[in-house]
Amino acid sequence: MATPLPPLRRATTTLLLVVLVAVLASTARADLVISKADRRVDLTSHIVRVLASLKVENVGPDPVSQVLLSFPNIQAKNLAAIRAFGTEGKVKGPSTILPIEVVEPSGAPPELTFFSALLPKPLGKGKTLHLDVLTVFTHSLQPFPEEITQAEAQLVVYQDSAHYLSPYPVKVQTLTIRLPGGRVESYTRHPSAKLVDSELKYGQFEDLPPFSYLPVIVHFENNNPFAVAKEVIREIEISHWGNVQITEHYNIAHGGAKLKGEFSRIDYQSRPYVRGVSSFRNLIARLPPRAHSIYYRDEIGNISTSHLWSDSKKTHLEIEPRFPLFGGWQTTFTVGYGLPLQDFVFYSDGKRFLNITFGSPMEEILIEKLIVKVVLPEGSKDIEVSAPFPTKQWQEVKYSHLDIVGRPVVVLEKPDVIPEHNLYFQVYYKFNNISLLREPLMLITGFFLLFVACIVYMRTDMSISKSSPSYLAKLQWDEVQATVQKIQGLFEQCLAVHDKLEASLRDLSRTGDVQSCKAARKAADAQFKELWKELKPLLTSLQSSPQSYQIWPKVEDLITKEREMQEKLMTRHSTVVDSFEKKLRGQDVENRIALQQQKIAALRQEVESLLEYISEI
Amino acid sequence: MATTALDFLPAPLRSLRLKTKQQELLLRVSTLALIYVLAFAVRLFSVLRYESMIHEFDPYFNYRTTLFLSENGFSEFWNWFDSESWYPLGRVVGGTLFPGLMVTAALLHRLLRALSLAVHIREVCVLTAPFFAANTTLVAYAFGREIWDSGAGLVAAALIAIVPGYISRSVAGSYDNEGVAIFALLLTFYLFVRAVNTGSLAWALASAFGYFYMVSAWGGYVFIINLVPLYVLVLLVTGRYSQRLYVAYNCMYVLGMLLAMQIRFVGFQHVQSGEHMAAMGVFFLLQVFFFLDWVKYLLNDARLFKSFLRITLTCVITVGALALGIGTASGYISPWTGRFYSLLDPTYAKDHIPIIASVSEHQPTAWSSFMFDFHILLFLFPAGLYFCFKRLSDATIFIVMYGLTSMYFAGVMVRLILVAAPAVCLISAIAASATIKNLTTLIRAKSKSPQAASGKTTGSKAAAKGAVDQSLPFQHNAAIALLLGAFYLLSRYAIHCTWVTSEAYSSPSIVLAARGHNGGRVIFDDYREAYYWLRQNTPPDAKIMSWWDYGYQITAMGNRTVIVDNNTWNNTHIATVGRAMSSYEDEAYEIMQSLDVNYVLVVFGGVTGYSSDDINKFLWMVRIGGGVFPVIKEPDYLVNGEYRVDKGAAPKMLNCLMYKLCYYRFGELTTEYGKPPGYDRVRGVEIGNKDIKLEYLEEAFTTSNWIVRIYKVKPPKNRS
Repeated sequence: MATPLPPLRRATTTLLLVVLVAVLASTARADLVISKADRRVDLTSHIVRVLASLKVENVGPDPVSQVLLSFPNIQAKNLAAIRAFGTEGKVKGPSTILPIEVVEPSGAPPELTFFSALLPKPLGKGKTLHLDVLTVFTHSLQPFPEEITQAEAQLVVYQDSAHYLSPYPVKVQTLTIRLPGGRVESYTRHPSAKLVDSELKYGQFEDLPPFSYLPVIVHFENNNPFAVAKEVIREIEISHWGNVQITEHYNIAHGGAKLKGEFSRIDYQSRPYVRGVSSFRNLIARLPPRAHSIYYRDEIGNISTSHLWSDSKKTHLEIEPRFPLFGGWQTTFTVGYGLPLQDFVFYSDGKRFLNITFGSPMEEILIEKLIVKVVLPEGSKDIEVSAPFPTKQWQEVKYSHLDIVGRPVVVLEKPDVIPEHNLYFQVYYKFNNISLLREPLMLITGFFLLFVACIVYMRTDMSISKSSPSYLAKLQWDEVQATVQKIQGLFEQCLAVHDKLEASLRDLSRTGDVQSCKAARKAADAQFKELWKELKPLLTSLQSSPQSYQIWPKVEDLITKEREMQEKLMTRHSTVVDSFEKKLRGQDVENRIALQQQKIAALRQEVESLLEYISEI
Repeated sequence: MATTALDFLPAPLRSLRLKTKQQELLLRVSTLALIYVLAFAVRLFSVLRYESMIHEFDPYFNYRTTLFLSENGFSEFWNWFDSESWYPLGRVVGGTLFPGLMVTAALLHRLLRALSLAVHIREVCVLTAPFFAANTTLVAYAFGREIWDSGAGLVAAALIAIVPGYISRSVAGSYDNEGVAIFALLLTFYLFVRAVNTGSLAWALASAFGYFYMVSAWGGYVFIINLVPLYVLVLLVTGRYSQRLYVAYNCMYVLGMLLAMQIRFVGFQHVQSGEHMAAMGVFFLLQVFFFLDWVKYLLNDARLFKSFLRITLTCVITVGALALGIGTASGYISPWTGRFYSLLDPTYAKDHIPIIASVSEHQPTAWSSFMFDFHILLFLFPAGLYFCFKRLSDATIFIVMYGLTSMYFAGVMVRLILVAAPAVCLISAIAASATIKNLTTLIRAKSKSPQAASGKTTGSKAAAKGAVDQSLPFQHNAAIALLLGAFYLLSRYAIHCTWVTSEAYSSPSIVLAARGHNGGRVIFDDYREAYYWLRQNTPPDAKIMSWWDYGYQITAMGNRTVIVDNNTWNNTHIATVGRAMSSYEDEAYEIMQSLDVNYVLVVFGGVTGYSSDDINKFLWMVRIGGGVFPVIKEPDYLVNGEYRVDKGAAPKMLNCLMYKLCYYRFGELTTEYGKPPGYDRVRGVEIGNKDIKLEYLEEAFTTSNWIVRIYKVKPPKNRS
């Protein structure tokens, strides 16, 4: 190795000790033999994925129902996910997912962690089983050196065992490590080690006893984004009006080698992939199709650097934080979007259920602590959760717009979440559609009450002292106004009768029907009398009111004018009818009534202006 | 008219026909409601163009304090000692601000919460100013009705809803004291005028409370407490003294003063500061006047009264002058502050207080900005004054005085156009409303006479016409033409206001927008980029040094401690920063060490052409720094009285801290095609010092368009 690595070496020695102890301790588990083990380690991103293809053979007399997998504790604590797929038989067929649980076999060394893959049916004597084990580790790439400048590439160290650490003897095995390309600073030399392009191979090793361990270390360049989210809160809010609103709060840091020295914008700007190679400036999120109303902001407002592509299969969102993230830098932001309800909420057996992925839509991101909150609509009952992996769960209540009892919130918490955890989980609940109408009805009632209050305020008498002079004056004034209004109405009717008279005259000149004209006059006369009768009490009440001193003279004036006009109208009417009966010439008639005509017009004008004046009071 | 349309309706519906009064009421209420909505909606341009965010500088402080208030409650807020600003001095926030705005927003927020509307306090803050602007239109309507008639009130409400001078300070996001203060100002004036008109104690009490709200919201309350006594004095001199005035002023002054003393920032200024003495003087004068009135009534003898008057007046004046003299001499009554002087004398600030003069909104107003902010109101204003003088009353005298004084102040300082805006709108509304009313009466009178004589012979028509027609020839047509002209002018006004609002006054100034070369909109979000970087990637106790303009934003958005901020209460501290910026790096380093500075932030527009950057503000730093520390001399930075940054610049300029921080490694950058590297696009020159080496600082962060540059102060070297 080019550079001494004290901490790693110490770890290696302890592991060797472990191996010795383990070899001594393990005797009883020799029923199974691994006839072939190929391991592929993928180091291209900061999440380490190891796929081990094992061929397990039962050489013992008894059928075996579980296969033990072992990892040193130092690896096991970084283990984020483990999955096993098994196929029985010589040839590989369709595989089944095997349930996995942590076990502590008796006599097992404490430095190792054991997992047991339970077989669907016991493996008979002499039978073989193909077992694919996928393990995903986080925090397994240690940056070395720990601090680099802006222009330097990021170097990381990975350590593993070249031998497959297994409680069973392994006959044939290989180890392939895929590197991201670029510089390889060093790797543990071994006769069988071979570095071709960006693939490092160890093996093949043959006939190794259980718990063989051969530490290997790779020190290589890895500039892929080390996006680590310290905490992500993912809130899924269901609205039965047709929307599932998702809000995700991220707190993201660059988990790689820390930046030392200055950050120079001109260097970064002129050659971003050389001077700033270890940094990353964007993140990609794959959102479900038909995602809409997407926003991207942080505590101080909207962030305008994001791009969105969408088609019928997916929505592709590329977000850039406000600044590029160098090692040790961090930022926080919030991404939110809406999804159509019918894609995620279904109905079966009288219950509704939400079926949605658990993890974050960001690519290759490690979430150290993920909190998923499912906010159900107000009034949901009988809430159950079914998740594909163990999570910490509890319930909360959230108050949003127009909530009275609050919305039930199911909270799921899980540490170390990786893209492999993006599995569907379900939340079952009961919800009555009637509850949907609650909030609109509340609004309607609220506005209704507001208007009712306004009406009540306008119509009721709120004054405290009913005997104060100002209050009485106000009452009288209201009365006067009402009376004046009535009087006005009567006068309007009078004017209408005038118009009728005029119309009858015009009819006369057209048809020559004297009788009907006379009848019209009689009717008008009667109407006038009626109106005067109605007017009388109003006038007396107006006169008696002390508040009417301003209006009274005008009203009086109005009455005299109206009287005069009526008289004039009647005389003119009779004159015209007379002359018509006497068959006088049109010109003569005109001459006879011209003077009256003028007076009437003037009077009418005055009456109208008086009426207008009164209405303006 | 609506009634004619109703005539065609079937009989049962016709009974629903409204009386003229009700029609008028309906029209008035719906117009007012529309104006209310308009005033609110027109201020939302900024939200549409940008986003729902707080604008400018001061609003960020207001937002931060409101956030604190809504999270920690009122008593915590009242006793808040803010250690994040003015390091190492800190600031007693509760005692050094006008809490009206924050309390208003927090109460609105709590009210909405109580109505179970889960809104964020930020949205409440963003929309506070438009909400109060909408309320101002209602007050303007009531005020207009009080001084003229309801028509003028409606016009005033419509004018004030969109007047640019007011919109400039009340768009959504402009969360500043002025937003609520103009409402409070107009409300106080309206209630006072109402009290004077009615002589009712209730209205005077209401106006005292209005005054209290104004005092709690804005330092501009000094305008009220000087204008009202001046108005009372004018009424006394013009012989319009009445019992109503006596009741209104005494109640408003005494109660208003007592209430105002509850605001910690104002405290006992009402009885101790020279700026408030006019109100007190008028108060005593009113008592003397009342006393004399009473004595006159009792004596009933002109000669005796005259001598009594002489004796009393002499005594009163002597006592008053003595009290004032002793108060001033003993320091009990503080003299007028510089800000007050600079209001009365536009040249005062330039000579004596550079820190006030350095703010662009404190500059005297240019004619163009009057035109920009008032448009046709500038012409309607004198016409309105004419109408006011024609129908002189207590109320019109008030509005005339308000208009004239505020116009003078608007001429002195750009930002006071805001105070003048309501008065100008009201007076213009009187002009517009009175003119239109006259014209329509003419048209209506004309159109009625032919109707009355319709269907009759020509002879009788002529005779009927003779009764009403004493008018000029072509009067009808001229009236129509004038009406159309008025309509045209008003519509131009509406168009102008909308344009100004959308183009000029809706920019948050923290996000800059420019047109790209292909016509698209380019957004420069560098400020927030830098502040967010500070917030996320510096230690929580880091101290940031920058020019005071950015202090509030750094504390609010960056959440870090600053040395100086926009509350410019300590001139020496600001001068120290100015001195550090204008010294050589090693001297500046000592100052920064003594201030415990970790990061230095400068704003630089040389790459983008953003002209309000620190290099352009630099001479003010030199002036303010030199005002306290004579080591800094302005001529050192100038060449033949000229300020330049290119090769011909003064050597001190080329090597001072500010120059170095702005232009560090700028010499390597090509900003514009066809220009040499290091070409400054604001100044339009190639910079003079391209080889800048920093010894005590290092570049920590520069935003993507170089607008904000942050430097880290290196820790002192080990002593060997």
